[in-house]
Amino acid sequence: MAKRIDVSDLNIYYGSFLAVADVSMTIEPRTVTALIGPSGCGKSTFLRTLNRMHEVIPGARAEGKVVMDGVDMYGSDVDPVAVRRHVGMVFQRPNPFPTMSIAENVLAGVRLNNKRISKGDAQDLVEQSLQGANLWNEVKDRLDRPGSGLSGGQQQRLCIARAIAVKPQVLLMDEPCSALDPISTLAIEDLIAELKDDYTIVIVTHNMQQAARVSDRTGFFNIAGTGKPGRLIEIDDTSTIFSSPHEQATEDYISGRFG
Amino acid sequence: MSTTPTRRPEGAEPSLTPAESMTHGRASLANRAFARLSTASGVTILALLAAVTVFLVLEAMPAVTTSPAELAERISWFPEAGGILGYVGPLVFGTLLAAVLALLIGTPLAIGIALFISHYAPRRLAQGLGYLVDLLAAIPSVVYGLWGSLVLAPRIVPVQDFLAQYLGWIPLFDGPAAHPARTVFTVGVVLAVMILPIITAVCREVFLQTPRLHEEAALALGATRLEVIRTAVLPFARSGIISAAMLGLGRALGETMAVLMILSPGFAYSFALLQAGQHQTIAANIANQFPEANTYGVSTLIATGLVLFVITLAVNMLARWIVSRRAEFSGAN
Repeated sequence: MAKRIDVSDLNIYYGSFLAVADVSMTIEPRTVTALIGPSGCGKSTFLRTLNRMHEVIPGARAEGKVVMDGVDMYGSDVDPVAVRRHVGMVFQRPNPFPTMSIAENVLAGVRLNNKRISKGDAQDLVEQSLQGANLWNEVKDRLDRPGSGLSGGQQQRLCIARAIAVKPQVLLMDEPCSALDPISTLAIEDLIAELKDDYTIVIVTHNMQQAARVSDRTGFFNIAGTGKPGRLIEIDDTSTIFSSPHEQATEDYISGRFG
Repeated sequence: MSTTPTRRPEGAEPSLTPAESMTHGRASLANRAFARLSTASGVTILALLAAVTVFLVLEAMPAVTTSPAELAERISWFPEAGGILGYVGPLVFGTLLAAVLALLIGTPLAIGIALFISHYAPRRLAQGLGYLVDLLAAIPSVVYGLWGSLVLAPRIVPVQDFLAQYLGWIPLFDGPAAHPARTVFTVGVVLAVMILPIITAVCREVFLQTPRLHEEAALALGATRLEVIRTAVLPFARSGIISAAMLGLGRALGETMAVLMILSPGFAYSFALLQAGQHQTIAANIANQFPEANTYGVSTLIATGLVLFVITLAVNMLARWIVSRRAEFSGAN
């Protein structure tokens, strides 16, 4: 199920403004890749090019190659909607659909893809996805209650359940814990460790301890100054990045010497 | 120039001790004055509503307490049998029929326009279109009446004929269709155009307020634009759409001039939309009869006005009930 992603020479623009320049990296299947870096360095922008979500902003575009399993996701015959069905995403703030119940939220993606699904299959999928997101035991008695009634951490795990219910190959997480308390954060981090068995995960985080805890590889993005494009400074095994990075900028950032 | 080294905390009055500033601040006077002012404004609306109700009830009293036989004797257009309820019944029917017809035609169109403006049109086109729709609201209803009776009624005849010929087996489209089309069908179309701006404007605002977060959630699951609208925009906007439709319904229920100028009146309980001389609305009837009505006639007309008032109130309460029924799913919590 998990897929490998090869990014080469990717430039990301907003209109004529070059936001992220010249990114190349390889993301191995069944690994967690963490992207760290200061605010505005383009790591979230880069993440959103991996499922072509940045395109929903008018004028935003990307040049270069993002190849998943041999298919260039920016090829002229590729439908961005189809890309997003294979590359799931979890956002910074939990965003369950407020008008849907917990069960309906889990099934939202499946229903979207115009698939008819029998009642029994739907129930199985809800249970399986919520189990997968470590939420089943907390909500199994109130599946028909609104998803917005859950706590922030539970909502975020509901969003993860919703994302994995469509069985994506890759899961993107854009600072998934930044709106959560430490206990909920821990629950999500444990979940990421389990999801790694089935999915390729890319996570953007501001929290370097989190990157060190959950990821196999870490990429460091930086920006030279306002108006300059963000760049990938280096990407390596997480243990290497946090012990002996090759670049001085990386070391400055992770040791807190960065402004 | 250098700043003074010592600074007071912002907002503290220099001449007052901290305890005094907590109880005697100038701000609290303005605060209380404003609270009174806004309370007074709130009470005014209640007083106005009460005054209108009292006026309607008092003025309608003679028509209700006088015997139907006497009313029939004193008012040339009052029915021989049935009394005041028999008189107002067909009017209520006609009013609701015209308004519901307008809503059925107008709401889907308004939602379509609003969605086009909020989610499909390029920004510049969307703005221009928004202004145009708002402009529809600036057309006086007497102009709509002229347009309806002089322009639309002759031209809508083929449509009516078509409906009568091919869908005539549905009682609604029972023929023969009237020529010229001074029918409740034409009225429904004109009223639909008249309520379009308010419904469109409210829907557009509600659609634009859909949280970006929810639209992105749908997009990230692989939703097409239509699916984003179906899963994120419309559910979020549901109560707003209902409110918008009810505002439109309120306008359609009370519309007088356009109906008066287009409709050939009648007092039947008839669903035949394409036939003339079948229906009349309360508001148009009041305008029609009022100039030549005597005391009893005026009282009878005001009684029908009271009924219209109650209907409109009921419609609004119904709308609120619908909106509140699924409040916990609305995202407001």
